[in-house]
Parts: sequence; structure tokens; C-alpha cells
Amino acid sequence: MSSPKTTSLHGLHAETGAKFVEFAGWELPVQFAGVMPEHLHTRAHASLFDVSHMGQVLVTADSGDPSDAAAALETLIPADLIGLADGRQRYGLFTDERGGILDDLMVSRHGDRYLLVVNAARTEHDLGWLRQLRGVAVDHRTDRALLALQGPEAERALATLIPEAAQMRFMDSRPLEWAGHEVWVSRSGYTGEDGFEISVPNDAAEQFARALLAVDGVLPAGLGARDSLRLEAGMPLYGHDLSTDVTPAQGGLGWAVPKVRRLDGAREGGFPGADVVLAELRDGPARVRRGLRPEGRAPIREGVALYADDAATEPIGTVTSGSFGPSVGHPIAMGMLPAEIGGTVHAELRGRRVPVAVVDLPFITPSYKR
Amino acid sequence: MIKYTETHEWLAADGSEVTVGITQFAADELGEIVFIELPEVGADVTAGTEVVVIESVKAASEIMAPVAGTVTAVNEELVDNPGLVNEDATAAWFFRMTVADPGVLDGLLDEDAYRARIGA
Repeated sequence: MSSPKTTSLHGLHAETGAKFVEFAGWELPVQFAGVMPEHLHTRAHASLFDVSHMGQVLVTADSGDPSDAAAALETLIPADLIGLADGRQRYGLFTDERGGILDDLMVSRHGDRYLLVVNAARTEHDLGWLRQLRGVAVDHRTDRALLALQGPEAERALATLIPEAAQMRFMDSRPLEWAGHEVWVSRSGYTGEDGFEISVPNDAAEQFARALLAVDGVLPAGLGARDSLRLEAGMPLYGHDLSTDVTPAQGGLGWAVPKVRRLDGAREGGFPGADVVLAELRDGPARVRRGLRPEGRAPIREGVALYADDAATEPIGTVTSGSFGPSVGHPIAMGMLPAEIGGTVHAELRGRRVPVAVVDLPFITPSYKR
Repeated sequence: MIKYTETHEWLAADGSEVTVGITQFAADELGEIVFIELPEVGADVTAGTEVVVIESVKAASEIMAPVAGTVTAVNEELVDNPGLVNEDATAAWFFRMTVADPGVLDGLLDEDAYRARIGA
């Protein structure tokens, strides 16, 4: 096993008291002050996360016409990318021939370029997938860091460095300038809070991060808080809640497949597994990702089996992510369950059956600036 | 007399009864503790069996009975406020037990040996 990759902020993290963990081949901060305080600080103020492990990929049409690049991407991603306006961002999925999810990603349009942000563990796979496309150039930008500034004070903090950021709406994405560097700013994130993700050249990343951390109200946060924040916000994590065994409808992500790509839409299908994905969106999936709230204070974690009642011998589902929700003050989880199941199921925990309420996601009310 | 185990429990012995907790080192490693499940008073335990379940924000952990004996008391306060362990792990005891063979305590680590073990 080769030694893990480090981001351009590794030295700064060490200096600010990070505890590191290896994740998807990268050594990244799991926490600074602690998962709980970092989580609560993000919801009350603003936190800076280093998410440079995520893949940043630019896709450009050889023809120079951005709609050619969008059309090519639509053969892999069941989203409306031809209709994606300049300066806007969308969530999307790569699907396989069986309709399973190969990865989830964000796509932004910056003029004639499409910026894709993909999961670290799936970057190599996605690059291989994208490089099969004809008529486009695929450029993996390992020369850039990616920072997420999340929380209700994110706008005020980022505007001290990049004033234009304050004018952006949720899911806007624009190339802007900071201290002579081109930075790519999106108003989105993975916490359920208002916030931004900012792509910065590697050689400017530490200076940029230090400038943000110097703003009153901004503290560093690690992967631990990122995970509990996204879980409370009901957002799935690839490799846990999503995989090639989960389709868009089963993943609760039907909203990411717009009408124009669905049955009887103007650009119906035309992506891997379209027959399976679209029929299932029409008919409803047999099983679906649901929110789970265990009774009591014991968290139920990934892999815990779910049963219809406290005596059933055959499980009906599995927990795919679970932890304690610091903002809601009780354990929360997500799991895959038969679509018709509601009310209460039972989790097998240390040889006992714990009642678990099946609930709608998210666990918190997101506060995006629309 | 305070003794320590290789698995980061502390034992305060008073005659044939010991009070058991986890060390501050262990509490810091676990991170914020959010759930604790304690044994039943009166339970007979053998050394190495699971007696306490600890869940932190990060992960699940457990305390194995450091010695054989019978549980005589549990600290119910920790059930309602598990964060007490993070605040002061040496004060936040988990349970008390009688020790079938007090001689086994001699085989545990003293403070110097435990400090050396954690590199403190």
C-alpha cells in the first residue's frame, strides 16, 4: 500500500491541531476541536473544511460549443445539462447499465467549460468513464485545492475576501478572482447550511485558508463533522448509502432526474441503464433510502440489520449510515427499506432488538440562500 | 490503590471491592461520548467479558471486565450525561464490583507502567 496523498493544506492542519485519518487514499483531518463542537459551530457560525481529496474535472467540447459537451455528458448522467445556464450548478449521478449509481457529482457551467466535482474514491473510475466520450477534452485538475466554507456566517466571511460571493444564490457557480488567482466559487455544500465551495490553485490554498480562518467566526472542521452534518441534512454518502446496487429511485434521488430525461420527456433516456431507471421512477421503487430514528440514545451504525418486528428472523433492510446527531440531540441513521414500510422497525443491536422509527429526511431544516 | 489495564481502564481498589472507569487517555481517544450502557447490579462477570458499551460520536467501544467478580453498583448518572466521562474520566466511574480473587490486581499496571504504555 502506497503512502496516502496529502493536500496543500496538510501543514496548516497539523499546525492547527488536526487529528488525521486516512480516507480514500488521502491523509485528511478527521477533527480539530472535536466532532461535536465543530458540528455545532458550523450550524451556528461558519467552518472551513478541506475537501481537496475530491476530484475536480473540467470537460470542454472540442467544437468549442458548450452544448456539445453538455450533450456528451448527458449520455452518462441523467440530468438536464443542455439546459444548465452559465454560472449555475446541478447535482447529478453516473449510472451503469443496470441502473445502479456509479457515483454522484456536482456539475457547474463556467462559460464553455463544465466543472465536475466527484468523490475521491471514484475519481479514477469517473475519469475512465468520461474519457470514453467523443468530442470532449477531459482535464483532471490536480493543481487545485477545494475548500468548503459552511454555516450561516459563511457569506459574511467569504465576502471579506471575495465581495461578489455575497451576490450569489444557492447553486450558483462562478469563476471569480482572489488576490490575482482564479478561484471557482459555488454556493452549495454538504452540510444543510448556507455556504460555499471554493476551488483555489494549490500554491495559493494555504494563504487563502489562513485568510478565511482569520475572519471572526470561522474555525476549521474535519471529516467527522462533515459526516454528521450531511447525515442530519439527509444527504447520502457514496460507498455507504449509494452504490452500484442502488438505483436513483431507490436512493431517494428521483429529483436529480428531471422531466426532460424521463419517459415522454424531450430527451428521454439516452444514458446507461435508462430502461431500468425510468421504469422504476414511473412505477415506484420496491425499496428506498429512508431516515431512521432509534429509540433511546444508542446509535445504530452502518451494517446493522433491520427487522419488521422484534421477533422476525429475516431482516427487511440494513442501516447504511448512522451516528449521533449533535444538532438534533439524538441518534439518527439512514437505511434501505421496502418502500411500503413505515412506522416502526427494529434494529438488531448487540443481540437485542431496538425500536427504530422510520422517518422522512432530512432531520434538520436546511437553510440555503435561494 | 489505583491500577490500570492494557485496555485503558482504571481500577480503584478498596478491600475486596473495586471501582472501574476508563482513563482520560481513552476518553480523549474516543471523542465525545453520547451513549453508555451499564451492567445490571448483581451480575456475575468473568474477566474479559463485555460489561459496558460506550458509543462516541465516532465509534462504538466497550469495557471488558478487568477481573472476575460481581457487580455491586453502577453510576446511573452517566446514562443521562455520558459527557461526564470526557470532562473528567478519573471521576466518572462506571461500576463497582467485588473481586473474587484480589490477588489478580497485583498483575495489573501501576501508574508509571500505564504512563509508559501510553507514552505520557
